[in-house]
Amino acid sequence: MSARGTVTAALALTVASLLLVMLGLCVGSAGWEPLTFAHESASAIVWEIRLPRTLGAWLAGALLALAGAVAQGLFRNPLADPYLLGSATGASLGVAVFLVGLGLWPGLAVGWALRWGMTGAAFVGAMGAVLITVALARGVQHTLRLLLAGVIVGMVLGALAALVMFHVPEVMRALQSFMLGTTAFIGWEAVHLMALGLALTGLVAWGLGRNLDALSLGESTAASLGVALGPVRMALVVTLALATGIAVAQVGLIAFIGLVAPHLVRSFARPTHRGLLPLSAATGGVLLLSADVIARWALAPQELPVGALTAVLGGGYLLWLMHRRSW
Amino acid sequence: MAERVWRGWAMRLVLLALTGAGASHAVTLTDDRGARLTLTAPPQRIVSLLPSLTETVCALGACERLVAVDTHSNWPQAVRALPAVGGMDDAQVESILALRPDLVLAATSTRALARLESLGLKVLALEPRTLEDFRRVVGQLDRALGTSGGPALLQGVDAELAAAATALTSAQRGTRVYFEVSSAPYAASETSFIGQLLARVGAANVVPGALGPFPKLNPEFIVRADPQVVMISDRTSGDLSARPGWSGLRALREGRVCRFTPAQSDVLVRPGPRMAEGARLMVACIQGRIPAGRS
Repeated sequence: MSARGTVTAALALTVASLLLVMLGLCVGSAGWEPLTFAHESASAIVWEIRLPRTLGAWLAGALLALAGAVAQGLFRNPLADPYLLGSATGASLGVAVFLVGLGLWPGLAVGWALRWGMTGAAFVGAMGAVLITVALARGVQHTLRLLLAGVIVGMVLGALAALVMFHVPEVMRALQSFMLGTTAFIGWEAVHLMALGLALTGLVAWGLGRNLDALSLGESTAASLGVALGPVRMALVVTLALATGIAVAQVGLIAFIGLVAPHLVRSFARPTHRGLLPLSAATGGVLLLSADVIARWALAPQELPVGALTAVLGGGYLLWLMHRRSW
Repeated sequence: MAERVWRGWAMRLVLLALTGAGASHAVTLTDDRGARLTLTAPPQRIVSLLPSLTETVCALGACERLVAVDTHSNWPQAVRALPAVGGMDDAQVESILALRPDLVLAATSTRALARLESLGLKVLALEPRTLEDFRRVVGQLDRALGTSGGPALLQGVDAELAAAATALTSAQRGTRVYFEVSSAPYAASETSFIGQLLARVGAANVVPGALGPFPKLNPEFIVRADPQVVMISDRTSGDLSARPGWSGLRALREGRVCRFTPAQSDVLVRPGPRMAEGARLMVACIQGRIPAGRS
């Protein structure tokens, strides 16, 4: 039963992904607008804008959902999400500091820094926050301590980011748009980076899948089953931080995908972690890509902020699921 | 025979002059990020992503070369008919590329800059924030567009500013003004563009420049400074007398609160060719000719 559910889910997700990619190529700034390749700018629009954006939205969703599934397994907590260890507010602070720097030295926005400035700042901020969390928790031995340290770091860095915004209100607008999250500016470089990141973190997480299964039985049981708790936890934390950091750097703080995707998977199949991780990733990809297509389509030629959309849709769906299953 | 040789040479000279003239349109500019941009011909399809740049392009007489503007550009009337392609944070990359512009004008902090450049578009990033910036931007745009209206435009603005600067009577000069940009409250200090205009017309800003251009103030600061005139946007202001301590403020007691309409606020906050109009609005406010509206 469970195995069949898993296979069906995998097939359905693959078909949905392919259909959504096709849809993503046909929906543009003017709504439904499948372009023939009659002239040069049309093909540039499809290959240089719509395709990378479509693939990038899927990849970012997959990374966040993978991170969410890892976090929920690691902390044995269904409310865990990718931003648990402070990476979201860390990324905000990184971007805020970068934007202030940009205001002081406009030369920063040239060449290398222009291309990687904001994404680099977000990535460094996210990773830095996780490092501080791990340091404050004095390693990863105690999951609860890690969780608490994550909450503290999230609070403090968030307050610092707000403080920067307070003192230099000029960065407020740009920072708020980063916090909402957007898939509008994904180019091929970002797609390559996220694909590489997903392959790497996905493989590591999948390799640790059995350990996650053992961890779900409780830490002492896992230890008695021969799981090297310390190294496994560290590897999982690094995977979680990397997957989140890579996605956040490219698309900003997209809400809810990481939390909701694993729950969705569990609602139609009950796989072990080796099944849950890839299925969650695919679900996250489908979710964010659908949100991206809707964001482009609903108010065309205007665009909805995709982060707000995922929060509304994801929250609504989770609520419905909750009532149906009466948890 | 000799005449034909002569005419042949003359033709060649004319041709040389023509091609020479063509080559002289190739300009290399350094924008506000320090990036260099070479334009081989005056751009004919321009997208502007900043209202003050839109207004400056039009003031230079190149309005008809604009093919799209940002969502906030609304002056002159002609640009309202153009497609709006987002703004600094939500520029619609696809719509912009589909218009095949040969020049995109944007603020340096525009999020889409890197994306637009990686798609092969020519981007000139300019950030007019002060009076001096406006002068520089006019010069750069004049060169970029191949127009020649820059000096005349600057002269006109200067003359109008000079006229506005002498409009206040000596009794009105030095009136202490508080200019609120947003209700947090964020104020325009002496170093902001608005502060520069206030100084130019002879008003005294209660918010010193040392606090940065748009500082967020402690509401107590304003009560202590006790401005004679409050300038505020109709868009953001609520009931001012309900703010703690504000009912005793001199400006409120004497009814000297100017609530600028959205259109007037646009003029006041954009460092563009209409800055003299902004200065005149400030003068009108201090002279009590701007309605206080609801208070």
